[in-house]
Amino acid sequence: MTQPFPFSAIVGQEDMKQAMVLTAVDPGIGGVLVFGDRGTGKSTAVRALAALLPPIDVVEGCPVNAAHPKDCPDWAAPNAGKIIRRPTPVIDLPLGATEDRVVGALDIERALTRGEKAFEPGLLARANRGYLYIDEVNLLEDHLVDLLLDVAQSGENVVEREGLSIRHAARFVLVGSGNPEEGELRPQLLDRFGLSVEVTSPRDIATRVEVIKRRDAYENSTEAFLKKWRAKDKALQKAILAARAALPDLKTPNTVLHDCAALCIALGSDGLRGELTLLRAARALAALEGASAVGRAHLRAVAGSALRHRLRRDPLDEAGSGTRVDRIVAEILP
Amino acid sequence: MEPLGPWQRVELALLALAVDPVGLKGLWLRARASPQRDLVTEAVQRFAALPVVRATPMISDDALFGGLDLGATLSTGRLMRSSGVLGKPALMILAMAERCPAGLAARLAQSLDGPGFALLALDEGAEDEETLPATLRERLALFLDLDGLPWADVRPIHLDADAVAAGRAALSKLRLSDDALERLTATAAQLGIESLRAPLLAAKVALALAAASGHSAPEEDDLRHAAELVFAHRATRLPEAETEDPPPPDPNPEDAPPEPEAEQQDPQPLDRIPDEILLEAVRAALPADLLAKLAAGRAAKSAQGSGGTGAARKGNRRGRPLPSMPGKLGAGARIDLVATLRAAAPWQPMRRAQRPPQTEGFRLEIRPSDIRVKRFQETSDRVLIFAVDASGSAALARLAEAKGAVELLLAQAYARRDHVALVAFRGTGAELILPPTRSLVQTKRRLAGVPGGGGTPLAAGLLQALELARKTRAKGMTPTIALLTDGRGNIALDGRADREQAAADAQQVAAAIRALGLPALVIDTGNRPHPSLADLARSLGAPYLPLPRADSQRLSAVLSAGLGD
Repeated sequence: MTQPFPFSAIVGQEDMKQAMVLTAVDPGIGGVLVFGDRGTGKSTAVRALAALLPPIDVVEGCPVNAAHPKDCPDWAAPNAGKIIRRPTPVIDLPLGATEDRVVGALDIERALTRGEKAFEPGLLARANRGYLYIDEVNLLEDHLVDLLLDVAQSGENVVEREGLSIRHAARFVLVGSGNPEEGELRPQLLDRFGLSVEVTSPRDIATRVEVIKRRDAYENSTEAFLKKWRAKDKALQKAILAARAALPDLKTPNTVLHDCAALCIALGSDGLRGELTLLRAARALAALEGASAVGRAHLRAVAGSALRHRLRRDPLDEAGSGTRVDRIVAEILP
Repeated sequence: MEPLGPWQRVELALLALAVDPVGLKGLWLRARASPQRDLVTEAVQRFAALPVVRATPMISDDALFGGLDLGATLSTGRLMRSSGVLGKPALMILAMAERCPAGLAARLAQSLDGPGFALLALDEGAEDEETLPATLRERLALFLDLDGLPWADVRPIHLDADAVAAGRAALSKLRLSDDALERLTATAAQLGIESLRAPLLAAKVALALAAASGHSAPEEDDLRHAAELVFAHRATRLPEAETEDPPPPDPNPEDAPPEPEAEQQDPQPLDRIPDEILLEAVRAALPADLLAKLAAGRAAKSAQGSGGTGAARKGNRRGRPLPSMPGKLGAGARIDLVATLRAAAPWQPMRRAQRPPQTEGFRLEIRPSDIRVKRFQETSDRVLIFAVDASGSAALARLAEAKGAVELLLAQAYARRDHVALVAFRGTGAELILPPTRSLVQTKRRLAGVPGGGGTPLAAGLLQALELARKTRAKGMTPTIALLTDGRGNIALDGRADREQAAADAQQVAAAIRALGLPALVIDTGNRPHPSLADLARSLGAPYLPLPRADSQRLSAVLSAGLGD
């Protein structure tokens, strides 16, 4: 397995990097949707994030990456409950994946050769406690979208088929990427992503050249390049761990709660999910910055990515919802 | 500096590909089956550094990734695995790549992002929109279009095997100077190429060409040829755009690279470099019809996106269950256990008797012929084709309302995942304004640009809708035509202003639509209902809905009702 491109070496795309780091601090934020042109480093960023995340403790041989032997599903029979350290899983969900591969199915191999009824876990099991990455998420088949929605919401995958009745934990952060020109995402799925960012190719040539140079350096002198960025990646990883630890003690003043509500009302975003995500993201950002309490600046910094995709679409509004959010944020949070 | 001849281009591309197939990721070869294409594919295979595998868009996951070989497992009683083509170094030749479904494209793209995999995509698309999925077009460095190539230009492909071998050996030692990287990047930006993969791939091509020619570093010619080979088909605007405003200042200055580690920050004003030499090379190779394509916008390209998929509507994975069938496991088929056991049951005593005597115990004897596979029937995606009258008589009030109705319906169609297409007719002909799409972004953009005025070429509008319906049906979708007009067709199919002929033509096309069994709907948007439209609706076998003074909301409600949901 080759080393992925270092996360800190990605040029620009601050919105996307911020959103991804925030979900690493608080997985409860609920995933990132990255929409934008091709060749803007969407896939690179996701794979880089995987390498950046701190490893997790899992029971050896447990198909759902459980932290304690008692959390292992009874159908899995892990060996002796030994705890090992593993990188945070980042699982790719390919577009054409069959339902069987996603949720798991009867293990036909064992059924036919040994006559046993056994469950073969799918991608959702492997993504538990980690990330599920869907490239071109807007082209995903509808039945898979429905299924993912259901599991992402309940945190549990239930399989009832061919005489099997299996349930296991499936708590994961959805990371989706796509190109809006190829089709839109259903609002129900949009809402399920905590944060949404739009990426574009950098416009100025100096930045573009820098991107190309770094990529070239990465491919031609991989070792040296990775070494050069290792310290920065490590520092970021440390910051994420520190932020995770600081999160419970972080204070949330009432004024901030009030600001959240005022912002969501002014934008007319659907449901309370937007408000909750906004608050969680702002808290994660405050923790990352080492602040002792959430402030307006934090809200302002995450409002765009937390709310942009939850607005009712106005077919006649050419500007897009991003600018609408920016305008109202400027009004409500002076 | 003279531009490359077409066949020289082919040879250079093949040379680069032979030297560094993995770095270049591969070649998108657009050509119908022809001797020219055979020459090219043969040369690619002859010089491939990797094992060659062939595949079609119908390739199953088991074949790609490997999996359980059920037939062998059943007959031997031991676990038998089949090996897949991905996961080890390979050059894949993908035939009929224009039919590559989005799922397969995504998997191949994933493999291309990893090491050791290259793709030769044989794209036989007949229409502009019928082509390789964008995910793959984006990743393959090279593109060759052989269709316009006269046979007279074709000669046997001579690749110097020694040069290729030497090039491969030298490749790892070659580096591209920062200056050259900058020039390639700036050139790509000038040509309106957004993706940053393009300059990277061009750099790889330049290196491969330099290595093959024995240069110690890429020279001017290598860069020029690389730019030509990689950028020409990706260009989205003509390089003459130099008078355009300088690139806008970076909106977020803090995004700019100057991080401490960044190399010395030379403040060179890169936007000053309209790299004439590289641009010149690319300009010579730009497809002749680029202007026309640019005028048509990025419509064809982006609307297509997912590529053409087959009409495999009787699947075995989802939808309404059908009776199970004898079949083979694999390729995502789901076994119907009960039916399989039922099929196996009658034969048990016989098979047990035939069993070698030393086998002990009770065991079900199941043979591959017993296996029953589940089948499901799913309904295919629906396409609503709006044929909208944009003539002078309708333009004033109705066009705006028709636009509104399409937008409203599209917003509703979100949840149902319907596609929408838009045909407008005015003046002397009809025009496809919007190819079938689910994208609200595109619809809005395109709708806003529909002009009004002129005569009413009703027949031409219907004909265009008919063509589109046939095309979408071939892709496995279910088209429905909704005609919005005020009914006074006055332009015949041949463009003459002849009321009689126009009416006859319209009736004729309507009959053709009916004969093809395409569902339709006629909406009379005139101030007073027009009897000739009711006649037309009868010829179409379609419901006729007069809508004097309709607004978008009502129109959309009627459309929904007329389509039965």
